[in-house]
Amino acid sequence: MDKKILLDVQNLKVEYALKGKKKVSAVSDVSLNVYENEILALVGESGCGKSTLGKAMIRLVPPVSGQLYFKGVRIDDLDTKAFMPYRRQMQMIFQDPYACLDPRMSVRDIVAEPLDTYKICESKEATTQRVTELLEAVGLKEDHLYRYAHQFSGGQRQRVGIARAIALNPAFIVCDEPVSALDVSVQNQILNLMKEIKEQYGLTYLFISHDLSVVRFIADRVCVMFLGKLCEIGDTELIYNDPQHPYTKFLLDAIPKADPTQRRASRLLLPGELPSPVDPPAGCRFHTRCPYATAECKNTEPKMKQVKGRMVACHMFD
Amino acid sequence: MKNTTLLVEHLSASFFTGRGEIKAVNDVSITVPRRSIIGIVGESGCGKSMTARSIMRLLKYPGKIVGGSIRLMGKELTALTDAEMANVRGEEISMIFQEPMTSLNPVMKVGKQVQEAILLHRKITKKEAKEEVLRMFREVGISEPEKRYNCYPHELSGGLRQRIMIAMAMICRPKLLIADEPTTALDVTVEAQILELMKGLRDTVDTSIVLISHNLGVIAEVCDYVYVMYAGQIVEQADTFTLFEDPRHPYTKGLMASVKSLEDKNTVLETIHGTVPNLLELPEGCAFSPRCGEVCENCRQAQSLIEVAPNHLVRCYASKEVQHG
Amino acid sequence: MEKKIKNTVEDGHGFRSVCYRLWKENKVAVFCALLIVIFALAAICAPLLTPYGYDEIVTDTYRLSQPSLAHPLGTDEVGRDVFTRLLYGARISLMVGIVPTIISMIVGALLGIIAGFVGGKADAVIMRLADIMLAFPSMLLAMVIMYTLGDGIINIFLALALVNWASVARIVRAETLKLKETEYVEAARSIGVSKWKIMMRHILPNCIPSLIVLFTLNIPSAILSESALGFLGLGIEKPMASWGLMVNTGRQYLYTNPWLSLAPSAAIMLVVLAFNFLGDGLRDVLDPHLKNQ
Repeated sequence: MDKKILLDVQNLKVEYALKGKKKVSAVSDVSLNVYENEILALVGESGCGKSTLGKAMIRLVPPVSGQLYFKGVRIDDLDTKAFMPYRRQMQMIFQDPYACLDPRMSVRDIVAEPLDTYKICESKEATTQRVTELLEAVGLKEDHLYRYAHQFSGGQRQRVGIARAIALNPAFIVCDEPVSALDVSVQNQILNLMKEIKEQYGLTYLFISHDLSVVRFIADRVCVMFLGKLCEIGDTELIYNDPQHPYTKFLLDAIPKADPTQRRASRLLLPGELPSPVDPPAGCRFHTRCPYATAECKNTEPKMKQVKGRMVACHMFD
Repeated sequence: MKNTTLLVEHLSASFFTGRGEIKAVNDVSITVPRRSIIGIVGESGCGKSMTARSIMRLLKYPGKIVGGSIRLMGKELTALTDAEMANVRGEEISMIFQEPMTSLNPVMKVGKQVQEAILLHRKITKKEAKEEVLRMFREVGISEPEKRYNCYPHELSGGLRQRIMIAMAMICRPKLLIADEPTTALDVTVEAQILELMKGLRDTVDTSIVLISHNLGVIAEVCDYVYVMYAGQIVEQADTFTLFEDPRHPYTKGLMASVKSLEDKNTVLETIHGTVPNLLELPEGCAFSPRCGEVCENCRQAQSLIEVAPNHLVRCYASKEVQHG
Repeated sequence: MEKKIKNTVEDGHGFRSVCYRLWKENKVAVFCALLIVIFALAAICAPLLTPYGYDEIVTDTYRLSQPSLAHPLGTDEVGRDVFTRLLYGARISLMVGIVPTIISMIVGALLGIIAGFVGGKADAVIMRLADIMLAFPSMLLAMVIMYTLGDGIINIFLALALVNWASVARIVRAETLKLKETEYVEAARSIGVSKWKIMMRHILPNCIPSLIVLFTLNIPSAILSESALGFLGLGIEKPMASWGLMVNTGRQYLYTNPWLSLAPSAAIMLVVLAFNFLGDGLRDVLDPHLKNQ
């Protein structure tokens, strides 16, 4: 294994203050590595902290504690100015193609914004030239340059978002649910494009999604999250074919299959409701819903350990 | 006829805007047999939600039903006055929406909201109504119903809110429930719970369900019969097993091919070329022709639904030949 | 190529394309704009349109004469031509309407954006200041300022601007807080765009629809405030004319010489309505979300 670590996240913790003195810990004590040139998917249900973790990894959200190392350099304690060269290398693609583009800017200005910020091109003409190249790379045309976001369909807007993200030749892109707002047929176009672009530009993605079938297609490795904690990390094949953590099993089993012959008389249904992140359960956070929970699960938090070629945090494997 | 809950025939509904008439629902016929779950599948803007709203007669201005008939248990809904229709809604036919948060009043206890729904249609005391609400809560799988009765919508999770919405829709035991993308805003594990619940309700309450979704997985999981819509028209209809096994319309085939497999890893995903058309600028003839890979001269003409097998109708000229070939 | 040009005319934010769309979508607004231009031109060209001066006593026999050919709106209690004073009054009233409003909009928008975007201490300081401003009855505040500074048009500008900035700042701050959470602002942050640039490029332009509405609402209120001040004997130096002043002095002769106050009232009403309609029209054209539907 000669995979090089691109981003090393250690004991990251992010909290949001609520009214009063309450705090929600959106991400609690997460450590993980992102390797160069891979697509790492972050999956979990809404409210599990996956978006916050993704944003904290590129310093869009300030962490309470923990360290970030980008290509071996510690970046979480740099000030804004010292961080700028790293900011360039970490970009983001957003979920909502309708909200992620400024409605008052033309496509040219939107894609030119990163180029202008770092003064990449010498003249306005050169910038426009570069923007045109970027648009062509994502499958848009030159006549789209001076249009506004509202004149595009959802898929085209997401293409503009991708063009903006790759404008600075970044090394790492956090993709926050990039296709969940799109129609199925368009979803596939964008996913194909993202994979293509990744190869072409030698990118690394952190792909945040709640849609496990999308993740199956795009990801090399999967990281399953529940209520601010990681449950299981490993190669996509391993996890989909043989999930180990009970939560992963439930998650995979819950996906409706587009094949009526695979209907089952009864399904494995996850009991209960998601616990509140303000007051997470002690011990393993999944124990209130886990059918295999024991006394130990209620008291001590499970640690990540190697199980069948991947990392799992569950007491079943102690 | 006795076993048909809803019979929609040649329903058309349009939006009259400054830029012209938008035919959101174009000659749609749907049959919902008793105790069945019917699916309507399609992408955004295909008219599936508009069909549902037309059946409920809840089209917003400038939308209008321009033709066709809607019969619920033999009663013609298009002929009713607004006041009569308001009585039918909730009592005999009800609807749940995609976003359970915006469909609930944020400053009213959820129990009271459901109670209000039953008091509107039944002459019973408040105490009886409350008991009925708690019974319904239990039936839709809400744990600790007494406690939830006094909660406000924001205190509940998305899944619970959708259960409340279902309880509200089902409280008068309607003959027909229309569910417009009921699980789209929910997580997969919750989605599975809600789908199971809907299947259960069909059997226990004797309600037929029209399930609208863009998700083929959801459709395959629960529906008995499926209508595929594209640009305001039904392009294919068949029972679920037939449709998934032998899709005939190029659009249906495209949708099926777009489904991402969970078993094996594809290197490139199948796509349908282009995007959903603008209803104001529909092409001549078959609306799908600009995106279709098998387009030919005949596609310039308007297509009609052809019966390729019993109960399997396809709006494509070419589907006839496929049958023999 | 032709299509490209059409696109920019129909969807751009430049002056020409805005005018084009305004004409296509809301003709009333265009007429209102024309009306405002006519008033402004009349004010500027007043000496060409009337042979008299604004403080010239044109008749010594009948001080309060009825309308006639020589004096289309009659003469006032001192014997000055009302039409002439109406034209010169437009200078003061339009200026008093527009200049302090612009000043208060600029100051209010800047402070509001900073308060909303930077937050923390800057927010607390600016907003407490605005609260204090809003807590005072605005008329009283303007009076106090006029008393201390004395009469004069510049002082009116200052007084009215000072009274109005706080409400602008509040509204812009609220808007900023909303815009700050949008994904496109987050996208700009993820690129590394500086705070100042985000405020100027993403937040301010998206506040413009609300600013335009505010602008059209504040102009009439400034015109009316000036007339109220004039009534109290504060404001412009006499014998200069302003519409508000004319309405107030004409009040006493309402039964015998209604033109005296009705003519300036009608002028105020027309200008105020014109600004309101124009504001509505502009907001619809400039707002990309509304336009889409």
